[in-house]
Amino acid sequence: MKKLLLAAAIIALTPLPAMADRTSYKPSNNPTFKKECGACHMAFQPGFLPANSWELIMDDLGNHFGEDASLDDETTSLIKQYLVKKAARRVSGEPPLRITRLRWFVREHNHEVSSRAKKKAGTMSNCTSCHRGAERGYFDDD
Amino acid sequence: MKIYQYLLAPALLVVISSAAFASSPRSQIVDFYRQQAGEDFSAERGKQLFSTRHDGGKPETPSCTTCHTSSPKNTGKTRVGKPIAPMAVSRNADRYTDLKKVEKWFRRNCRSVLGRECSPREKGDFLTFMINQ
Repeated sequence: MKKLLLAAAIIALTPLPAMADRTSYKPSNNPTFKKECGACHMAFQPGFLPANSWELIMDDLGNHFGEDASLDDETTSLIKQYLVKKAARRVSGEPPLRITRLRWFVREHNHEVSSRAKKKAGTMSNCTSCHRGAERGYFDDD
Repeated sequence: MKIYQYLLAPALLVVISSAAFASSPRSQIVDFYRQQAGEDFSAERGKQLFSTRHDGGKPETPSCTTCHTSSPKNTGKTRVGKPIAPMAVSRNADRYTDLKKVEKWFRRNCRSVLGRECSPREKGDFLTFMINQ
């Protein structure tokens, strides 16, 4: 019985078709990152930004998109290490800072998001307002 | 023998309950700020601090109420849209029981809203207001 339950759980938790899709990203599994960054916004998947973007963001948490989001040194460096390790490849030139301004993001959202959905979400950074599985890495439910 | 039992029970109760009161993490935090401030706190001043539109902070967050709404009993909303549990202790018993967490949010939010760190008196006033709410 236990084995059966385990098998069922594994099947239920394996996001097989979604993993192959270009709009799915591995969810974050770092508890410190999820707790600290997830307090104000969704703990965005590290793969959304290049490693050098995360470095810039984590080095300036005191000015975090209009808010002070500073953390103690130990926590900051822990989260930074995690993000850089799981990030997208480094880019040359100016690294992007806002996921919502990335070219693919703009293209995906430009035409299909209704003004009602935008109003409900408040900001384009509020992924879970429309993508209910966003934190688990699913973005195809729009 | 019996008379001692009658006396002992209430006496123990007093000792236990006062110990529990003194060691409550929330009152320890208030005491921590009181020692630094060296004066008593005022819920009214805390309310002012919470409701006032301040200058000097970041333009996105001129007041505590920007995110926490005009009443600490309400669920607030971060600028990204994530819900913030109510600030009032009556609505959220977990509030102000972890000094590290309290200090972290005072540091961040005072800098965001006021453009500076809050003084121990301001922190104590703020907590006193929230505890009374």
